[in-house]
Amino acid sequence: MTEAQAQREAASDVLLELKNVETYYGPIMAIRGVSLTVPAGRIVAVLGANGAGKTTILRTISGVMDPQKGQIFFAGEEIARRDPDAVMRLGLSHVPEGREVFPFLTVSENLQMGAFSRRDRVTIANDLDRVYDYFPALADRGSQQAGQLSGGEQQMLAIGRALMAHPKMLLLDEPSLGLSPLLVHQIFDIINRINEEQGMTILVVEQNAHVALNHSHYGYVLENGRVVMDDTCEKLASSPDIQEFYLGMKDQMPRGVRRWKKRKTWR
Amino acid sequence: MRALSAGSCFAEASQPRRDRSRRGLARSDPLDASEPGGRRRLYSARSKTSIDILGTRTAGREPVEGIALSQLLQVLINGLAVGCIYGLIALGFVLVYKATEMVNFAQGDLMMLGAFFGVTLIGDFGLPWLLGLLLAVLSLAVFGYLLDAFVLRRVLGEPQFAIVMLTIGLGFVFRAVAGLVWGYDPQSFPTPYTGKTLRMGEVVVSYENLTILLGTFFLCLVLFLFFRHTRLGIGMQATSQNQLAAYYVGIPVKRVFSLVWAISAGVAAVAGILLAPVSLVQPGMGFIGIKAFAAAVIGGFGSIPGALLGGWIIGISEQVAGVYLPAGFQEMTAYGILIIALVLRPEGLFAQVQRKKV
Repeated sequence: MTEAQAQREAASDVLLELKNVETYYGPIMAIRGVSLTVPAGRIVAVLGANGAGKTTILRTISGVMDPQKGQIFFAGEEIARRDPDAVMRLGLSHVPEGREVFPFLTVSENLQMGAFSRRDRVTIANDLDRVYDYFPALADRGSQQAGQLSGGEQQMLAIGRALMAHPKMLLLDEPSLGLSPLLVHQIFDIINRINEEQGMTILVVEQNAHVALNHSHYGYVLENGRVVMDDTCEKLASSPDIQEFYLGMKDQMPRGVRRWKKRKTWR
Repeated sequence: MRALSAGSCFAEASQPRRDRSRRGLARSDPLDASEPGGRRRLYSARSKTSIDILGTRTAGREPVEGIALSQLLQVLINGLAVGCIYGLIALGFVLVYKATEMVNFAQGDLMMLGAFFGVTLIGDFGLPWLLGLLLAVLSLAVFGYLLDAFVLRRVLGEPQFAIVMLTIGLGFVFRAVAGLVWGYDPQSFPTPYTGKTLRMGEVVVSYENLTILLGTFFLCLVLFLFFRHTRLGIGMQATSQNQLAAYYVGIPVKRVFSLVWAISAGVAAVAGILLAPVSLVQPGMGFIGIKAFAAAVIGGFGSIPGALLGGWIIGISEQVAGVYLPAGFQEMTAYGILIIALVLRPEGLFAQVQRKKV
């Protein structure tokens, strides 16, 4: 972990930092002391299987769930145990898992709601133009009810709605959920564009390790509520464990190492 | 202002046709008829059925040829007016339910409080009617806001059952407090327009009913514009559709809940003040909230136009039953329709069906 610590110190402008966060669902411990840092202007991915605690981490950050222990710092401020709307007003926009649009509001009303906490009409209009520029599909459907959009369009709407808050940082929860591979690549390309053009800091949580590693800078691997690995995405992608367990690559030899006998090195 | 007014005695006098046109103050629900001593008579043989706020029963059922059509029209207009009151109370149910998923069984009693506020401000303090109305609505809205902020927010997330019991209990408290402050004697509610009527051929519309119709129309217009075109209004819709997402976009959900309670209490106050001139103001008048609840269920319990339509359906059929069916049917109409509606269309007339795409 010394390398990671060195990197943490090197990144002087850490935007988000979690220190030993523990969150429970009733008696069940979902996160067992997670620490992670997100430097400003980067895309950080959290990988993990179902039930690893990925979504819980995001919920804890955005204040929908309260951690039992640990601290969360955003832009130097302690934000653990605050109300989600207060956290959001600090500049942390959460795109929830499963899209969660307002189904009976129109697309443009949904986007307008994204800017609920803002007053300045001019900058809101600019942001709206920019969202329509990122997601041209939404522009054609401005007056349609959001519940009638396709899954991919709803995901775009959810991201666009989060951008309308003009945040400092985006939290993306499984943007690939239920989308076709082509659409997943489209959405991640747009995420990259948002990161490059606006310098937006993004924390993305993904099951789809392949896409996530291709499109982000740094990755954390989460298992059973613990961070078991963290490194730059290139190194993670070349690590044999990740290749085997997350990218589903087989060994070259047809009868080489048997998968079912192999154990993860961190266990 | 205490004691029965001359007007209600006039309605008792029951002059068949003339009296219908005057349509003075009439009795209120038998369920509400508390004795001065505080003991309540339930279904005593003496008590008249239903609210009969419009005096249709006194209008008599003598079959006079030629006036059948105008009588029907008259009944329809009366029913529409009662229906507006039911609809407004149902609207309060729906607003709170849609936003917070709580069923507020104290809605009828909030209406009762609104009526008493109106009596005090307009009758006792002598404020102009419109000013008194606005002040009563405003003060009840503040009351609703504080009620949510200090009482109901604490049970949020508890089982529905706890919330239902709490609101029923609150209703009892409101009734008791109103009885302590204003007494249990029915009070009349004087208005500048009491006793005036508008004649359109054979059909006579009293100003009380006209105010109910116009008041409901304007209130609904205001609410419609608010929910469709203001940021806060759309935010309230958003909160009702997806509470979690509302949190995520930074809508202050807890404050929105309190504001919805404020609006619903304000609507209840309007209903109470519109109802007061044709009924009598007393702590038990909130019991018509039960019929309004039926109206809300018929409308789909989650639909604002549905609440109004449900109110009209119940109001009109109740009046029709009161005139054309034997005595006693009027009282059952609301519940009969509720049962039929639940059998034929359990999701209500205007149910919003939401399918989530995955």
